[in-house]
Amino acid sequence: MIPAIQVDQVSKNYGSLQALSSVSIEVPEGEFFGLLGPNGAGKTTLINILAGLVLASGGVARVMGYDVRGEYRQARRVLGVVPQELVFDPFFTVRETLTIQSGYFGLRNNQAWIDEVMHHLHLADKADTNMRALSGGMRRRVLVAQALVHKPPVIVLDEPTAGVDVELRQALWKFVRRLNRDGHTIVLTTHYLEEAEALCSRVAMLKQGQLVALDTTQNLLRMHSGCYIELRLEPDMLPQTLAPLVVEHREDGAYRLALKDYVDVEGVMAQLRTAQVRVQEMEVLRPDLEEVFVKIMNREG
Amino acid sequence: MTGFYTLFYKEWLRFWKVNVQTVLAPVLTALMFLLVFSHSLRGHVEVFPGVDYAAFLVPGLAMMSVLQNAFANSSSSLMQSKMTGNIVFVLLPPLSHGEFFLAYLLAAMARGLVVGCGVIAATVWFVDLPLEHPLWAFLFALFGSGILGALGIIAGIYSDKVDQLALFQNFIILPLTFLSGVFYSIQSLPPFWQGLSHLNPVFYMIDGFRYGFFGHADVQPLASLTIVAVCFFALSLITFWLIKTGYKLRQ
Repeated sequence: MIPAIQVDQVSKNYGSLQALSSVSIEVPEGEFFGLLGPNGAGKTTLINILAGLVLASGGVARVMGYDVRGEYRQARRVLGVVPQELVFDPFFTVRETLTIQSGYFGLRNNQAWIDEVMHHLHLADKADTNMRALSGGMRRRVLVAQALVHKPPVIVLDEPTAGVDVELRQALWKFVRRLNRDGHTIVLTTHYLEEAEALCSRVAMLKQGQLVALDTTQNLLRMHSGCYIELRLEPDMLPQTLAPLVVEHREDGAYRLALKDYVDVEGVMAQLRTAQVRVQEMEVLRPDLEEVFVKIMNREG
Repeated sequence: MTGFYTLFYKEWLRFWKVNVQTVLAPVLTALMFLLVFSHSLRGHVEVFPGVDYAAFLVPGLAMMSVLQNAFANSSSSLMQSKMTGNIVFVLLPPLSHGEFFLAYLLAAMARGLVVGCGVIAATVWFVDLPLEHPLWAFLFALFGSGILGALGIIAGIYSDKVDQLALFQNFIILPLTFLSGVFYSIQSLPPFWQGLSHLNPVFYMIDGFRYGFFGHADVQPLASLTIVAVCFFALSLITFWLIKTGYKLRQ
């Protein structure tokens, strides 16, 4: 099967600055894929290369098998991009914007789908409002809708939830999940790692233009074995024997202990019993993608 | 085809939605030029034998408006899209390089021609204006607006800031259009300036366009048309090539 996205040794130089160095990634059709990395890691550069907004200095990028340079028209037809910048055309209403965007993709009678997209993004009652009069969140929704007017099999969202309220975030993820269920391949960049963890089945991490991790979210989480327990004690006296496990003693009196394995919880309990300390509150926490991310980013250099 | 048509339509709407500023204002400017110059020079100057100065002025003013507005349309549209970032909406879709070029070009020509017609319509009441060879006038308006429309695309692509575009406008377009024989016949100029005027492509556009009205020109109209057509196709090729390479549009 042809991969939805195929990035093969793609590099990009801006003068002496190497924004991407020989990055290779393959995203199979139907996947929900996360592209993570700190600011300036090259995520947007990579997305812009796929979208044809930036021309790669080396390597080949393909969308649904189409070379983004040689077969740019086919490649752009199968790709929908939600850009990071909150841009809009102040001359038009929401419906005009979406109708015009459909036209650019060669679609003349697209009103039924435009209505459906507006419905799912809660834009229907703003259909005839000028873009200028919309709030930032509403303009963000229109940007998402614009990326979807041509029902692209591959959808790229570049930090779609940056500075967005909870309501839109939830509506957006519900809609994007549905699109993914319907077979659309989704590529997402975000700084909210809990979002990536909840949504993406596979993740790539970029650092200074280099690919530093590429694996399933599950495998990445397993890299960080063990768990944490958070305890509040009565009396507030942690036995000395447990002191080496403490990673944090919070101001509200709670202790955070790092354990190598879930079975170690038993040992901790036993020691607390021996010391005659009562557990007032306890929470077992598993490591999250944020920790894995920090670990990987600090690993080299 | 739908992609091209949509981009053209969007560009058309962009200026038509604000037509007070993009059509009415330049028509009013031309009208004021006519009032001031014809009032101060009437009776003092006879450029073409038997032609009133005000009548002589009208085709030149109309053509100048066609050219300046064709340039303004494509250059400001691209410039604004680049500045606000909404240029991505036309860069992401599968529009071909040719569709992209033609849509911006034809919209610029349309604005130029609409303003030109507006200037004629507004001034024709004040002067006795013949129309000897309408087809010639039309051809020169077409090529002239095309040349400035293409130049506007180049300027819009090249400029990163408003003041860069203003440089194009004030130091290239304005001198070329003002010093092209809009207000005078170059026959009246000293030989040096006459020679220099022959290097200005806008001179041929104005002269040829005026021929369409009065049947009288400084240069053989066929020669003018050839020069103007060659300029148009050369500039179109350069513009198309710029778009194809993605210069300043796709980094």
